[in-house]
Amino acid sequence: MILSIDKLNAWYGKLQVLHDIDMHFNTGEIVSIIGPNGAGKSTVLKSIFNLIKKKGRIIYKNKNITKYTPQQIAKAGITYVPQGRSVFTDLTVHENIEIGAFIKPGNPWKDFKRVYTMFPNLKDLKNTRAGLLSGGEQQMTAIARALMLKPRVLLLDEPTLGLSPKVRTLIFDKIIEINKTGVTIIMVEQNAKRSLEISNRAYVLEICRNKYSGRGKQLLEDQRIKKLYLGGK
Amino acid sequence: MSYFANILVFICIYGILAISLNLTIGFAGIFNLTHAAFFGIGAYTSALLTLTGVPFWLSFICAFLIAAIFGFLISLPATRLKGIYLAIVTFGFAEIIIAVMKNWQGLTRGPLGLPGIPKASLFGFKFASTWEFFVLAAVVLIITYVIISKIVNSPFGRTMRAIRDDEIAAKALGKNVMKYKSYAMLIGAGFAGIAGSLFAHYITFIDPSSFTLTELILMLSMIVVGGIASVPGALLGAAILVILPEPLRFLYLPSSIVAAIRQMLFSGILIAMLLFKPNGILGERRLLLKKNAKSSWFIKKLWRG
Repeated sequence: MILSIDKLNAWYGKLQVLHDIDMHFNTGEIVSIIGPNGAGKSTVLKSIFNLIKKKGRIIYKNKNITKYTPQQIAKAGITYVPQGRSVFTDLTVHENIEIGAFIKPGNPWKDFKRVYTMFPNLKDLKNTRAGLLSGGEQQMTAIARALMLKPRVLLLDEPTLGLSPKVRTLIFDKIIEINKTGVTIIMVEQNAKRSLEISNRAYVLEICRNKYSGRGKQLLEDQRIKKLYLGGK
Repeated sequence: MSYFANILVFICIYGILAISLNLTIGFAGIFNLTHAAFFGIGAYTSALLTLTGVPFWLSFICAFLIAAIFGFLISLPATRLKGIYLAIVTFGFAEIIIAVMKNWQGLTRGPLGLPGIPKASLFGFKFASTWEFFVLAAVVLIITYVIISKIVNSPFGRTMRAIRDDEIAAKALGKNVMKYKSYAMLIGAGFAGIAGSLFAHYITFIDPSSFTLTELILMLSMIVVGGIASVPGALLGAAILVILPEPLRFLYLPSSIVAAIRQMLFSGILIAMLLFKPNGILGERRLLLKKNAKSSWFIKKLWRG
């Protein structure tokens, strides 16, 4: 078990959005967190990364990282790709990726090579400003940038939001590829069907509470999930 | 022709101010309205020290240090805020500093100002004439220009721009956002302090009215005209806004009317720039504007934070 969440409660101002969430993630897994809008999926990731007010315990590699600042968490090996193609629009693709380097000791050139072999199309776009890229290219830049930190756990917040089906497939393929290099992936997705297909396990959130969890393929067949997404009780 | 030298000296002083203001507003995205007050802190520090007999070079360095310390202190509460709130806090600080200058009469003589500040002198050489002072100011401007250009193109500067573009993403990459913002304020304030020192030793008289909102708006106009997040742009903006009102001198109008016309001229330019070229003449976002030409990042930043 690489990361576990224990009795997590989180607030936006006075509004409590997470109630006693428990989750655990094994090394090398792809885990999806799915659920309807407003269920607090993104909030789980934000609270792992300590970006909002929270209570509870987060254990990473047997260390309590609940009180770590975001930069300490990043150094420890967890990286977060925020929602909505969060590239730095004024910097070139290469500069964007470069920002990810230099936080860890060691030679960054190897990392550049590794990242560019994984995303060969970004190499051709190296000197383009990130703001001029297409949505899919921007999302890939954001993921490539996160990979420069050599994360052990990668948190992806809606990686395929607003992308065309073709590009979505491409992004999901890349996620599997990253996972094969030994990175644990925790993914929040609107597109439940596709994300369950590639996930080992999934958690389903319904209005701030942890509802069910199960194997990805199983959940896909589960009647309760279908009902939840259709809005029934 | 010391008249031209005088204009050139002012271009140098305002150039330093605009370049350093651009570092905080343009590159770091901190809506810093305390800049004119840092300019004043530098001027007062340097003037007061020199009047008690400290040599010019030392008080010049002190002007940098004291202003930088104030910049750092103000950044501590200020960088935790965003957008319009940040603007209000920094503006409030500026007003406090001006109020102290006006009311701490034992130290600053209040609104009477500090007369008789000695001209700048370095290792026994006195920069007495305007041309001689211009050489000094130009050297300081060049040093400022080179240092700030180096900073913004370094990994430090890129991270600063990254934080401006997307703070959460920068945090996710393990960057200490507060640290970068504080450093940007510290460096920006320090260079404003240097400009203040040059100003005090050039004019040889300072009073609090030289560091108020009017000055700040002038500096802001310079970077809006010249180009937000562009070092040469800031210098160009400073040159344009120093030279532009000069012809008014030869119209032989009463000084009260000239002052009003000057203000109207500045606001006219500002409105025209925001309408037709929102990122300034040499602004950084030239490429992006083609795609997203409706509104400037600068305006969005101010409103949305």
